[in-house]
Amino acid sequence: MELFQNLALGFGIALTLTTLSLAIIGCILGTIIGALPGLGPSNGVAILIPLAFTLELDATQALVLMTSVYYGAMYGGRISSILLNIPGDEPAMMTTLDGYPMAKKGRAGDALVLSGVSSFVGAFLATIGLMLLAPILARVAFYFGPAEYFALYLLAFCTLGGIGAENQAKSAIAVCLGLGISMIGVDNSTGMTRFTGGNLHLYDGVDFLVAIVGLFAVTEIFVFIESRGKDSAIGVKLGKISIPIKDILATKWTMLRATTVGFIAGVLPGAGASLGSFLAYMSEKSLAKEKKTFGTGDIRGVAAPEAGNNAAAGGALVPMLTLGVPGSGTTAVLLALLMTLNITPGPLLFNERPEVVWGLIATLLIANFVLLILNVPLVKVFTKILQVPASFLLPGVAMVSFVGIYSLSGSYFDLLLMIGFGVLGFTLRKLKIPAVPVILGILLGGHMEVSLRRAMVLSNGDWTYLFNSYISVGLWIAAFIGFIAPIFLRSYLKKPTPIG
Amino acid sequence: MSDRIFGSTLTILALTFFVSATQLESPFFADPLGPKNFPFIVSGAALICSITMIIKPDKDPLWPNVKTLIKLFTALIVLILYAFSLKTFGFLLPTALASAALSYLIQPSIFKSSATGLILSLSLFTIFKFGLGLSLFPFPKFLLG
Repeated sequence: MELFQNLALGFGIALTLTTLSLAIIGCILGTIIGALPGLGPSNGVAILIPLAFTLELDATQALVLMTSVYYGAMYGGRISSILLNIPGDEPAMMTTLDGYPMAKKGRAGDALVLSGVSSFVGAFLATIGLMLLAPILARVAFYFGPAEYFALYLLAFCTLGGIGAENQAKSAIAVCLGLGISMIGVDNSTGMTRFTGGNLHLYDGVDFLVAIVGLFAVTEIFVFIESRGKDSAIGVKLGKISIPIKDILATKWTMLRATTVGFIAGVLPGAGASLGSFLAYMSEKSLAKEKKTFGTGDIRGVAAPEAGNNAAAGGALVPMLTLGVPGSGTTAVLLALLMTLNITPGPLLFNERPEVVWGLIATLLIANFVLLILNVPLVKVFTKILQVPASFLLPGVAMVSFVGIYSLSGSYFDLLLMIGFGVLGFTLRKLKIPAVPVILGILLGGHMEVSLRRAMVLSNGDWTYLFNSYISVGLWIAAFIGFIAPIFLRSYLKKPTPIG
Repeated sequence: MSDRIFGSTLTILALTFFVSATQLESPFFADPLGPKNFPFIVSGAALICSITMIIKPDKDPLWPNVKTLIKLFTALIVLILYAFSLKTFGFLLPTALASAALSYLIQPSIFKSSATGLILSLSLFTIFKFGLGLSLFPFPKFLLG
């Protein structure tokens, strides 16, 4: 009953003209961003956040806009995977495996529609999952004290590299870099400045939006210049768009299984959509009687990863909203948005700001239908976007990033810092060190330290207090396993390489 | 080798971080943990990881060749100059020049990059100024008086 009341509240907010328009704009922008090769949801949301502030939206509206961009980008990512064999974003990588071969067989239109419908099934059911699971998890989170929160942050950092992480030391280094940066500035407990080197600009600390836009958008500019924008040309002819009802019905169970796998992967901290699509594809392949057709344009190989990654995108919102711990790179960026809006995600959010949570959930339910329309009958319009040359697109991304950050602070120091993060991001990417843990370190470092300090105040400096409850012990064990497991699982979870 | 260089740089960074944390003075009213201990823990973890990176490096990545490195460096300079010029020279000119330069670095065609610079500068100014209401100056302040 409570659920329906909350949903009624949510739809009351979502169905206002402004919110609905923002959701539609967000979906369109997101699909465009997702479709463009190289510009994934994290980049898209990162670039647009500073601009969202200039619109002076309230918290719900800003969150609705950005989450619609996020969902849209997750849908749109498949377009270049299928037509160009280049994933629009990392989670769409698995879609290239069967999507591109299917397109080469002259069934590009069918592949796009089938993957669009799978995306809808995954995202829609995951939003319902979010609606049911989030309030329960929020209730559990009420039992969290500082020791539990400290263990939770530790768990997020330990599992952040994900099961697919190639080198645990590198993921951990990225976390340390982020935590180190988060400590720059005035220490709130004592009022002392730390690690500022006497630079006045750093007294307020490093703005995480500067770091995010630098690490995502500016890095992308360098990466594109290095690759000289080779990726911008239409690969396969699209042909006529029709709805392959037979294929959709044949893959209905595939979509449902992939949605379940993807949603669970999304809820796990640090795992995210890439793991969701990967596990969905691999589990479908292992269930199939005839495995040889996978990789040659099998319809199940198109439906599974798309349902999986979109379900994971919805699943990743669960820990972000209820615990304040993001499940993926993009939700880390969304967390930054919430924190800038002075909203602290966590169990209290559900009680104190129900309009934000339920307004968001209701909008997401509506956004999925908008995205289904954009991605099935209107998909031809978005394929035109792939023809925009990189030599036009990337300078545009650069300028939007600069103006976005400049409009926030008006300080050239922040712009220089952003460029510095861009160089750091490029170096990290070359060395295969993930950038998301750096962001999460910057975002959550302050909270993690505060939790530890509060725990020490409560226990009068007794470190055993950190293992005082079953929840915290469970979280410590999960963190340990999460850090160690990838070392053993690596050989089993080797990613298949896309065909050339 | 690249991992070793980066690992060594991070080792030095972690040690510097550790040393500067030791020099923080805990005020008499500080909490039991104080401002120093969390930095100690993080720099300790960073030290272990960076040493692991030195001892067990991955295969070297494919670094860009000299020509591409020069391009990347040029892009960096363009971005830095853009950051400095935005306030002094207004939006239109620096944006046109910077986006034309970046476009040229991706696809070396003078005509296309000039067109990119011009179109981006004018269209973004229109969107930012009139669509989003940002307070951007189109021309240098000294020209506007």
